[in-house]
Amino acid sequence: MNLFTGAFAWLVDAANWQGSGSIPQRVTEHLGYTAAAMILAVVIAVPLGWWVGHTGRGKELVVGVTGAARALPSFGLLFLFVMVAGVLLREPASVIVLMLLAVPPILAGAYSGLEVIDRRIIDAARSVGMTEWQILWRVEVPLGLPLLFGGLRSAVLQVVATAVLIVYIGLGGIGFDIVQGIQLRRYDQMLGSALLVIALALILDAIFALFERYAVPRGVRAGRNIDVRTTPLGRRATAETTATSKKAM
Amino acid sequence: MFTVRNKGRFAMTAAVVGASLALTGCASGDPLAPEPDAEAPSQTIVIGSQAYYSNEIIAELYAQALEAGGFDVERNYQIGQRDAYIPALEAGEVDLFPEYTGNLLQFWNPDTTATQADEVYAELVTAAPEGLQILDQSTASDQDSYNVTAEFAEANNLSTLADLAGVEGLVLGGAPELEERPYGPSGLQDVYGVAVGFEATGDTTVESLLAGIVNVANVFSADPRIGQNDLVTLGDPEGLFLASNVVPVAASDLPQAAIDIINAVSAALTPEGLVALNVQSTVDQLGFAEIATAWLTEKGLLG
Amino acid sequence: MTWVVSNLALIIDLTIVHVRLSVLPIIIGFVLAIPLGWVAYRFRLTRGLILTLVGLLYTIPSLAMFVILPPLLGIGFLSEANVLIALTIYALAIMARSVADALASVDADVRQAATAVGYSSWSRFWLVDLPLAGPVLLAGLRVVAVSTVSLATVGIIVGAQSLGYLFTNGYQRQILASVLTGVVMTVLVALIFDRLLMLLGRWVMPWMRVGRTPSSSRFRPRRRSHANSSSHSRLAPTAEPVSQGSAR
Repeated sequence: MNLFTGAFAWLVDAANWQGSGSIPQRVTEHLGYTAAAMILAVVIAVPLGWWVGHTGRGKELVVGVTGAARALPSFGLLFLFVMVAGVLLREPASVIVLMLLAVPPILAGAYSGLEVIDRRIIDAARSVGMTEWQILWRVEVPLGLPLLFGGLRSAVLQVVATAVLIVYIGLGGIGFDIVQGIQLRRYDQMLGSALLVIALALILDAIFALFERYAVPRGVRAGRNIDVRTTPLGRRATAETTATSKKAM
Repeated sequence: MFTVRNKGRFAMTAAVVGASLALTGCASGDPLAPEPDAEAPSQTIVIGSQAYYSNEIIAELYAQALEAGGFDVERNYQIGQRDAYIPALEAGEVDLFPEYTGNLLQFWNPDTTATQADEVYAELVTAAPEGLQILDQSTASDQDSYNVTAEFAEANNLSTLADLAGVEGLVLGGAPELEERPYGPSGLQDVYGVAVGFEATGDTTVESLLAGIVNVANVFSADPRIGQNDLVTLGDPEGLFLASNVVPVAASDLPQAAIDIINAVSAALTPEGLVALNVQSTVDQLGFAEIATAWLTEKGLLG
Repeated sequence: MTWVVSNLALIIDLTIVHVRLSVLPIIIGFVLAIPLGWVAYRFRLTRGLILTLVGLLYTIPSLAMFVILPPLLGIGFLSEANVLIALTIYALAIMARSVADALASVDADVRQAATAVGYSSWSRFWLVDLPLAGPVLLAGLRVVAVSTVSLATVGIIVGAQSLGYLFTNGYQRQILASVLTGVVMTVLVALIFDRLLMLLGRWVMPWMRVGRTPSSSRFRPRRRSHANSSSHSRLAPTAEPVSQGSAR
């Protein structure tokens, strides 16, 4: 395991924390690309997903697109876009690729969050006299937040993982240290930066998992934690009359 | 799945899955091998190549020449880093590998001070570990070199690396590893007193140079884009770069007949010839097998 | 595209190798995920632990995985085994959660009925739970297949031959047709896998062919189930697998 001790030594070495190409710089670059892509993706995918979820139109298209998008090789897309855009535009090109990778999970999260809402609630809202906009904002969006955040969580992992590869088109990020470590046979750098990006991914995942859990409106959360599998009939009937009949995750 | 009606279906599915698993285990062979894999008799020579299209072409030159000479050749291209194929060479999994004298010498002897072609070759021969032999080197070279655009050279009156000393705002572009290499920014500073920033441009280096993202670029000397874009290769009078000629590394027990064939190919390869081969690959977009066949036929080395 | 035509043999060979590289992790991941998912489903205490662990594995970026596996397992960095094991881990990560959810989605009534009729736990698992969980399992398997095919392209970085060669080699030589072909072929192979699995599912589970919407079923739908099933039918699971992970 001396490889791992070497990796940790590299991670805590003060020399790696200052100057150009330092760990903080790489992490900042990495997070920068991730944030840019996520913001763009959210702006595009969330309204679209909500629209599809609310009106019910274009469902098959969304499912089809998200399914097909999973098949896209992110590595190849990076090269493709940079080749087409030219090297001067490689930064926007890679942000666009990262955005394209983030859109399907967010779209799916936004749409499915609205899809699983019990129709009776929508009916009730309508019958109480809410306008379509009010239904969307006051009822559907809050109820759909858990799945939306699940989608965001999935998307951010995609983007962080793919951002590791942008070093191959001449950009920075933590992938730079990994690839340079490979080329120079510096196992401590290679392993240390790999651990670093894993830690980054885990932290972001945990943050979004917390969002996923605590973004749920209070009333919804109260009725959620019913495990259909183990409850006897009586309680299940109660469960189905609460805010959402979605199965507990 | 195990309902009464479906027992048969599920069993069939399991059989198909099992068969496909078996097939994946049995299937072998490199897609980059134009020839199918035959049973390997003792005369099979395994040739490897780096993950570099130019190196692949050179490997194919040796491969087809050897085949014409009656040997069975197995191709194992695009192996990638020296970390992978040098152990494979030493272990006997690969018998022949086209390499470059200077880079390989630095791999085995990082503190070497040799820079001239013959010096490097001599040191390389002694540095080679047991079980490997260094065959004749070719005159063709493909080494690191620093290049600038023609306009930049003219504007700043540049012809050698020493001339860079007075220029402001220099940014060097190259692979991520260049940052730490002895001939990288630190080498430029120590040997020529030139201060440069560094930008890891990797495979986008030439485009970045042309686009102005960097103004000095590390381009391999056999890259056809130097000529195509009128880049100026800066002279290296102090020997910052090691000469890096094409040289085949082989297992010690390679038959003499094979060695002769290989040496003949190396001798016939010239620096301009190598660039021309690379042009055929990048500009004409021909496959490496085609390029190799055409070149070998022209040189009369096939059969 | 003349480049495609003149390099057709290479493209086809690489596709075959790519398929070979992807199939093994999908199958092994699926097979290993069933016991793992079952444990997560059966023992509530382990469910959180297993799913969290498996989720953590999935967050690891592919290049980082290729880097940490060799020192952990003593395999070569630039070996095909490295890629195969990494792909299997990702497949396992997606599938284990899917298996746990699939088994949990089986109606408790049906399970209790089976026990009442006399099935033992073991035979109930194979003859009742698994078939009923089939559709959700299939959906998860389709996600796994597509993800694995797409992820296998990154294996070229560590020397595993795949369609990724068309990316790196094409980029080196600045041949756009090569990179484009690589992307198209990868997507094509992934979609073919997806379709084949769907057909396989229909063949092994013929009851799935029964109409999904209650209006086409023979029974008059009860209002309660109509409200729920039309948007979240167990036979057409779209929500969860769709929002799950994809190619990285």
